[in-house]
Amino acid sequence: MSALATPFAPISAGRKRKDKVMRGLLAAATGVALVPLVLILYYLLKKGAGALSWHMLTSDPTGSFLGDPGGIKSAILGTVTMVALATAIAVPIGVGVALYLVEYGKESRFASVVRYFVDVMTGVPSIVFGLFIYITLVTSDLFSKGYAGWKGAVALSLLMLPVVTRSSEVVLALVPDSLREAALALGAPRWRVIARVVLPTAAPGLITGSLLAIARAAGETAPLLFTSALVFGTSFDLGHQMNSMPVQIFNDVGSARSEIVQRAWGTALTLVVMILLLTMAARLIARRSRVS
Amino acid sequence: MSMTTINPPTTSTTPLPTEQPTQAKAVELHGLRAFYGDKEAVKGVDLTFAAGQVTALIGPSGCGKSTLVRCINRMHEEVRGARAEGNVTLDGHDVYASGVDVTAVRRAIGMVFQKPNPFPTMSIRDNVASGLRLTGRKGRDLDERVEKALRGAGLWDEVKDRLGDPGAGLSGGQQQRLCIARTIAVEPEVILMDEPASALDPIATLRIEELVGELKARYTIVIVTHNMQQAARVADTTAFMLNGELVEHDDTQKMFTKPDDQRTEDYVTGKFG
Amino acid sequence: MSALALSLPSRARYPDRALRWVLTALAGGILALIVFFFIRLISEANPAFSHFGVFDFVFRNDWDVSRSVYHAAPLVVGTLITSGIALVIGVPIAVAAALFLTELCPRRLRSPLTVMLELLAAVPSVVYGLWGFLVLAPKLKGAEHWFGSTFSFLPFVGPDVPGPNYFIAGLILAIMILPIVSAISREVVATVPGEHKEAALALGATRWETIRMAVLPYARPGITGGAMLGLGRAIGETIAVTLVIGNAPQIGKTIFSQGYTLAAVIANEFGEAANNQLHRASLIAAGLVLFVLTLLVNVLARWFVVRGTRGRVTKA
Repeated sequence: MSALATPFAPISAGRKRKDKVMRGLLAAATGVALVPLVLILYYLLKKGAGALSWHMLTSDPTGSFLGDPGGIKSAILGTVTMVALATAIAVPIGVGVALYLVEYGKESRFASVVRYFVDVMTGVPSIVFGLFIYITLVTSDLFSKGYAGWKGAVALSLLMLPVVTRSSEVVLALVPDSLREAALALGAPRWRVIARVVLPTAAPGLITGSLLAIARAAGETAPLLFTSALVFGTSFDLGHQMNSMPVQIFNDVGSARSEIVQRAWGTALTLVVMILLLTMAARLIARRSRVS
Repeated sequence: MSMTTINPPTTSTTPLPTEQPTQAKAVELHGLRAFYGDKEAVKGVDLTFAAGQVTALIGPSGCGKSTLVRCINRMHEEVRGARAEGNVTLDGHDVYASGVDVTAVRRAIGMVFQKPNPFPTMSIRDNVASGLRLTGRKGRDLDERVEKALRGAGLWDEVKDRLGDPGAGLSGGQQQRLCIARTIAVEPEVILMDEPASALDPIATLRIEELVGELKARYTIVIVTHNMQQAARVADTTAFMLNGELVEHDDTQKMFTKPDDQRTEDYVTGKFG
Repeated sequence: MSALALSLPSRARYPDRALRWVLTALAGGILALIVFFFIRLISEANPAFSHFGVFDFVFRNDWDVSRSVYHAAPLVVGTLITSGIALVIGVPIAVAAALFLTELCPRRLRSPLTVMLELLAAVPSVVYGLWGFLVLAPKLKGAEHWFGSTFSFLPFVGPDVPGPNYFIAGLILAIMILPIVSAISREVVATVPGEHKEAALALGATRWETIRMAVLPYARPGITGGAMLGLGRAIGETIAVTLVIGNAPQIGKTIFSQGYTLAAVIANEFGEAANNQLHRASLIAAGLVLFVLTLLVNVLARWFVVRGTRGRVTKA
């Protein structure tokens, strides 16, 4: 009947091979992409776990060339303090701008311009933000010359701002209009609708976005290099130089003393653990609640 | 009653411009069952699609006709969790036999979809050639086959001066004929059509139906349709499915005037749909 | 909504108007802040531009602190080289991973693998620099030397390998841009309409041929946008780079030479530049060049991404 043994002329071996090879390559590439993560975590644990100790976490770095190099207490406290201040600045402003864009800015040209600028801001390198603060606050006579913890916090908040704004805008826009209309139809004024309906509904998403921004800010070094700088002693005085974990690591990396280098690993491990915890918390909150 | 408005199909015997020996083959289904996970969408169907003829597959939404057709060219298994059991043979050879390459099956059994889907980044020529390029055809040979396929789909005169234009720039009806050209360019033996005209306007629809009539001499055609008048216009035989089962399969004329099964009669007269 | 607002007593509208005013002011404030910073940057960088001339500052190759001469070409070239290496290595891997995770990966593995890939973004740049400097650079030195000797006939390849160099910096940057490029690529690949993939499959295409015929062409603009966003990230990265590039203000001869980037020079030299007006202005000028560069890349990138995820316009 038919000339062939089967009507399904098998596809050429070349095509079959190519398919297999390419699929294998794609899978291999994925594996390659994941190797660095594994390696980094491995080395962090291997070299950093040994450095961790109660002493290390609770004493300040001494900055001395010989003798006990000290721990990283001031770095940890400095990071926590400055990031907290940065959050207190960036989150209200960021959510505020996002609220503007969603509630009032649906059609306005001005809002599109703002949105575009914020979007572009997310791509600005962190060192440029540090530079901004350096020339406007550190070297100018505006408040007081010199490095200060609060200036570092402001630089961090600049970094966080576009991230918080963008993620908040997405979350706020997901709140269904029907909820707003129901509240408005009951006679509630706009501000109350925002405060009582929109914000609470969007809260989990807003928190997630903020946590991720915090995680990012906690790891930043460049903006702090010339705003809060490096100092060894602990202080909560935001008006003066303040230590932070990333800057401490940066300082310790090139040290000739192996204990200090190991301290850098330990600090790095602590920092990464902190950031991972923040990231996981953000994911958990995001997963537990979805705006339907 | 609406029976009197249904016309028997016209058998087209117009030979195509370049005469080819007929390559149409018959497709047989034996005990075909299809599943989406645990849900059985096709429940044991025995059906023969005669070579060189048009068979229409009708039935209410959800009756399993699209699923059945997708089992023939093994597209059904592309859905996650979907599987098929039973026997589907083309010219006596089992499509599901172990060792059979699924891409070879799809080469021999072509498919035209409900929504025209030319590749958006390709020109008209490249669209028609896309299947041919897979087997490494090039150059003069390629251009000849592209022209032949476009003629076969009745689109050549309309696009011959703009083969380099994007395929997505054509009208809906033209896009669908482009998809048909793409399908016949690789010279399958069977063409499956899943509601090919349901997204088109009435004039484009008629053009597609004419095309089916011209194509059937060379291909075995299965056309899924929810439009009974269309089935009556184009199909030699018609099969009626309900709830995953084949209820009746017979000459189209008979199915629409004097069906054997009461359910067929109910559907065809519009008692449910 | 405005109809409802009209029906409220005017007393109740004050908080509304106040809120709206505050929020609008915030939004406008952001715009004003960006413009303000831009202007300040220009004015602070001006001493350097007026001393060296804008064109010379950017394109002459001579950055020498000891002679108080600041021409940024080695920095710009170093930035472009390291970012270029990052793109060449990072984008194919990121796109390949995106294709795998979206099209080929078994369902159960998809989520955990994706999460792991995204975790790369959680590692701070200083940790990348630490690891690069203390682990990667020493470990790869042998391999780089071997490569440089064996392939020294290729341009820009040579056997001299000081520890930190362009290549290591580019490699670290490639790792750092993996998450963003693959995330955008994944999003774009996922929006390819199933009907095009089905069309390819129905013609008898293999899985790879389907990706090549139906997925990649459609996803190309979006993937390009993602790659450009990765480029923007690589251009601006400071800390990781400065730890592994060697900080030598020269245009190196091979990819294994030491070099410098715009971002790294600012981080390294601002300390000693505090009291030197010209030096400081030059660093700020370098920062301005960096800022403009990243702005351009980002604007272009967003244009591509928007084009890529909006989908094609087809006539009905």
